[in-house]
Amino acid sequence: MDSLPESVTELADGLRAVGYLPESSTALVAYLAVRLDKPILVEGPAGVGKTELAKALASHLGRELVRLQCYEGLDEAKALYEWNYRKQLLRIQAEATGTGWSEVQDDIFGEEFLLARPLLSAISAVSPVVLLIDEIDKTDQEFEAMLLELLSDFQITIPELGRISASSQPVVVLTSNNSRELTEALKRRCLYLWLDYPALEHELAIVRLHAPELAETVARKLVEIVAMVRELDLKKPPSIAESIDWARALLLLGARDIDSETFAQTMSVIVKHRTDLEIVAARVGLAAAEPAHRN
Amino acid sequence: MSTGKAATLDAGVLALAHELRAEGVRVGTAELLDAFAALAEVGWREREDFRGALAATLAKSPEDRRVFDLVFERFFFTAVEAAALREGVREWDGAVEGPADGRAEPLDLEELRAQIAAALADFDEARMRDLARLAVAALARNGAAGAGVVGIDVQRIRRALALRSDPQPEREESDPRHAGLPKEALRRFEEMLRRELERAQIERTGTLPPTRPLGELDRALPSGPAADLAAVHRVVAQLRRRLATQGGELRGAQRRQSIDIRRTMRASLQTGGVPIVIRQRRRRPRRPELYVLCDVSTSVTSASVFFLSVLDALHDSFRRVRSFVFIERVSEVSDIFARERSFAAVSQAISRDAGVADISGYTDYGRVWSEFRAMVEDDLDPRANVIVLGDARTNGRDPRAAEFAALAARARRTLWLNPEPRLYWDYGDSVISAYARYCEVFECWTTRQLEEFVKSLTSAAAR
Repeated sequence: MDSLPESVTELADGLRAVGYLPESSTALVAYLAVRLDKPILVEGPAGVGKTELAKALASHLGRELVRLQCYEGLDEAKALYEWNYRKQLLRIQAEATGTGWSEVQDDIFGEEFLLARPLLSAISAVSPVVLLIDEIDKTDQEFEAMLLELLSDFQITIPELGRISASSQPVVVLTSNNSRELTEALKRRCLYLWLDYPALEHELAIVRLHAPELAETVARKLVEIVAMVRELDLKKPPSIAESIDWARALLLLGARDIDSETFAQTMSVIVKHRTDLEIVAARVGLAAAEPAHRN
Repeated sequence: MSTGKAATLDAGVLALAHELRAEGVRVGTAELLDAFAALAEVGWREREDFRGALAATLAKSPEDRRVFDLVFERFFFTAVEAAALREGVREWDGAVEGPADGRAEPLDLEELRAQIAAALADFDEARMRDLARLAVAALARNGAAGAGVVGIDVQRIRRALALRSDPQPEREESDPRHAGLPKEALRRFEEMLRRELERAQIERTGTLPPTRPLGELDRALPSGPAADLAAVHRVVAQLRRRLATQGGELRGAQRRQSIDIRRTMRASLQTGGVPIVIRQRRRRPRRPELYVLCDVSTSVTSASVFFLSVLDALHDSFRRVRSFVFIERVSEVSDIFARERSFAAVSQAISRDAGVADISGYTDYGRVWSEFRAMVEDDLDPRANVIVLGDARTNGRDPRAAEFAALAARARRTLWLNPEPRLYWDYGDSVISAYARYCEVFECWTTRQLEEFVKSLTSAAAR
């Protein structure tokens, strides 16, 4: 399947169908990206579903997801392409004598000897893909500059081969934790989406979607507590994924309510630093002692 | 949609972009083209889609997004009003307006109150909007409002309508005011009142209010001593990461390096004595010593504590940082940073310990210079940097600029950060210009200015 969505609502419904509940702005930007062939730059704190968005888009559009995880020191050889030196060497040795230099040279710089890394494989794929460039802010500025050609024209230049244009238009999602300012040039080529922690009702819907067996009262109390915990000054505030994990943990334990005892036992699912645990235990433990509202 | 309409819409978007630029958002032609392409894809009759499409293409950072939201509100509000003025539309010819003498009540006030309370309790936006218009019409002419200042009028109308969020037990059970009105709805209603009053003002005067630039204060440093420690902490953490990732790239003349003869010769041994690989001398960053003096009197505490913790977070970039705080007298707090790990604890310890030496609680800059000189005179290295953070408000006391000059003469650089906007400098008891002759003065009251300052400090250190 590869028909483009016709309206924002259609895309929003599609994302919902694959288990991702988009906010209205998320659905709108994703729709624009698909329609305009523009990359999306998603920024926001850790764990608000930036990466999930790309995955959900891929599964909704029925496309393969090609993922490039960025890190400090990532270079072209690992992101774009690399020559398969061993194979080239073997080729030269197998040729023994008698072959002219120019033939061998033409030969060993062919596509056969090219190792495609994520970016190259994304644009040379036969059917269009979703390309996820995760945590772009972890790389250095030089790498960003290298991406520009890919992002605006969907093409890559390989000196020995020439220009490789995309055979299909990928949907590109870049994510960033905003740990450094990205260059203007990169931002200019992208649509911008800022994702924040979801509103209470929205997160409740997400938790209920992923843990439908959990009683509504418990789920509501769970997201209320998570929201409270996020307000504290923690090293790592709990993400949406962790609320879902917590809901599942409560299900496994068969908890009917989050009382102070259950909270103390399962707190480590959402809080993962020793100092954070102390703060949360002191500040939230009491609030959890009140029984959940029953209606 | 006729072409004429399309042209006005395009012009409107261009004008919006112009206002955004005026507020410091970088909107280029590429962004504008994207915006138009995006608007072609979404129904621009839907306000939220229209706004979302523009936001995604024009405002590309969290700060820009905040500015965008404010400008968008302001822009499209005035755009509607301007169009109404041009077309000569008048709205207040209806029956709601009181008789010409302005004395008589066109409406039963108690009835209006009950209706508004019910609408607020249901959070019915459309009804709230109508009632807000009615309330302004009813009250604006009979003295309940009419101060001419929108903010004051809003509060007067709200009082006249007896809208409160706290419970009013004297009411009947069924009355929504019995349990108190929801805060959120009340806030929204006030916003609508404000909107209506502004509209009325435009109606009366026939001109648009001048567009003010958004207050820089919307983007100011986190203020309020302990109000938002988490926010402060986040800013510090981010600043630290940002500064850590940059500075490596040196440009232009700075890039020039000198050849390390010894290592080049050694490398040439591999190539038979021909120096093919040139080795360059490594650039060793010079890490300066810092003396930081911070005013912690109530007017500037938050900026000071914030600044101190930024420097502490960056302590690896400096050889040694000694921090002092002062109000009337000076005391050293370097060890607090060594001892306390969390920002909250540091802030508490500073406000506790720094207060010890104070009698009146008023800053005395003159005395601080003498004491500070006596404290560090023997230690003060000629390569050390002295940074002062304060508003230079002496409360009318002798600034003793000569003492400060002597201090500045001993240090390599003396820098002054003033957490007040430049507009207020030398106004009232501020004597910043008396000191400005002996040091470099920086305006520093937004995180961006602070970031720029720290950046220049660390990059100057690398030279």
